Amino acid sequence: MAHAGETHPVLTAHGAGLIGCARCGRVAGHEAHICPRCGSVLADLRRDSVQKVIAWLFAGLICYIPANLYPMLETTFLGTTLKSTILGGVIDLIHHEAYFVAVVVFVASILIPSAKFALIGYLAWSIRYRVRLSEHRRTQLYEFVEFIGRWSMVDVFVVAILTALVNLGFVAGFNPGTAAFFFALSVAFTMVSALCLDPKLLWDPMRNDRDTHD
Amino acid sequence: MTADPHPPLEASRGNPAPPALSSRAGTAEERMACDVCDALQHVHDVRPGERLKCLRCGNVLLIHEGHAADTVMAGALAMVILLVSSVFLPFLQISASGLRSSASILDTALAFSTGVTAPLTLAVFMLIVVLPVARATLLLYTLLPLRLALPAFPLAKRAFRLASELRPWCMAEVFIIGVAVALVKIGAMATVSFGPAFWELTLILVIVIAESGNSGDKTLWRMLEKRIPS
Repeated sequence: MAHAGETHPVLTAHGAGLIGCARCGRVAGHEAHICPRCGSVLADLRRDSVQKVIAWLFAGLICYIPANLYPMLETTFLGTTLKSTILGGVIDLIHHEAYFVAVVVFVASILIPSAKFALIGYLAWSIRYRVRLSEHRRTQLYEFVEFIGRWSMVDVFVVAILTALVNLGFVAGFNPGTAAFFFALSVAFTMVSALCLDPKLLWDPMRNDRDTHD
Repeated sequence: MTADPHPPLEASRGNPAPPALSSRAGTAEERMACDVCDALQHVHDVRPGERLKCLRCGNVLLIHEGHAADTVMAGALAMVILLVSSVFLPFLQISASGLRSSASILDTALAFSTGVTAPLTLAVFMLIVVLPVARATLLLYTLLPLRLALPAFPLAKRAFRLASELRPWCMAEVFIIGVAVALVKIGAMATVSFGPAFWELTLILVIVIAESGNSGDKTLWRMLEKRIPS
């Protein structure tokens, strides 16, 4: 648990005039463009990282709007068709007293995506401006965001599974709604956004652009 | 816990014996930058069961090479077998008032095939089957010859890089959680039974969870560099 680095400044690859590969950790001279070990592009702390993060994040946010307005799932039961949005589906589940599923759907489709937007936005912000949270905490947040991104796709899969499985003709059936498309896009864009974020920038914000001293 | 009291540049002195597996040990005083925080530190070959952690942020830098390769290959082989065999098999079956219906992974992808959601058919099939199988194949292609002490296949490094780029887009394990949610959702209105693919997907979930704790990518890259002269 004892990290030696915090009392006296840590020598980073950048500080030593070198570039550390973000994928494999190989150290290369500052003139290198391609990592000699794994072939990744070695931008020295990819300068445009934050801009890309924000651009993809906005794309994800924009898709998240129709994802919530259009119906996610069309339920047919004995000839009548009911269209429900993501939030509507959760409310229906609560009415049917299926609280556990309601919580699962709420967490996967509403809480996680919203938290992702907020967290990626916060991390991008924290690179530009000074924040209270330590580098360790923010790295943990980053790992959490990276880990959790893909799990939002659960709701799209659930819609597909219900449609494929419950196919009892007139009696009961499901059909996917337009929102499924936008929701999947939103999840994909947010994942790309998180992937564009170079975690090294969380540790050394001073090196990004012309820094804002306050 | 390999917390090391030395300051970064002294990080790894005193582990002189390279493990038997790494054919040629790296340079005696090799430096590595942490992929998370960029801290520069000395690294060395790691003995079985040992982990080398970043002194600044605690991120795992290196593990034992043979262990890293074996774990990845075992997971990849299991993934190919389980996923390919489960594509056409049903994972859930329902029956309600005399009517029956079942769904396989292929049926699930095809559920989106009409209307505006049509592109999702391809996307879902890619995310659940094609990309995970492709990634596993690439990993085996890269690592198997090295583990058998044979010369590496052509473009092995490129294959390994592609495999790591595909990782976030492999969602077979997310799919099984979707199956579980669907199961609970319709459990009240119909009798649901499990098909063989359900158990295969559950095993995939277990494999992915076991693999996620094993951060051997940097170790394997280092091994590839030593074994494949570029």
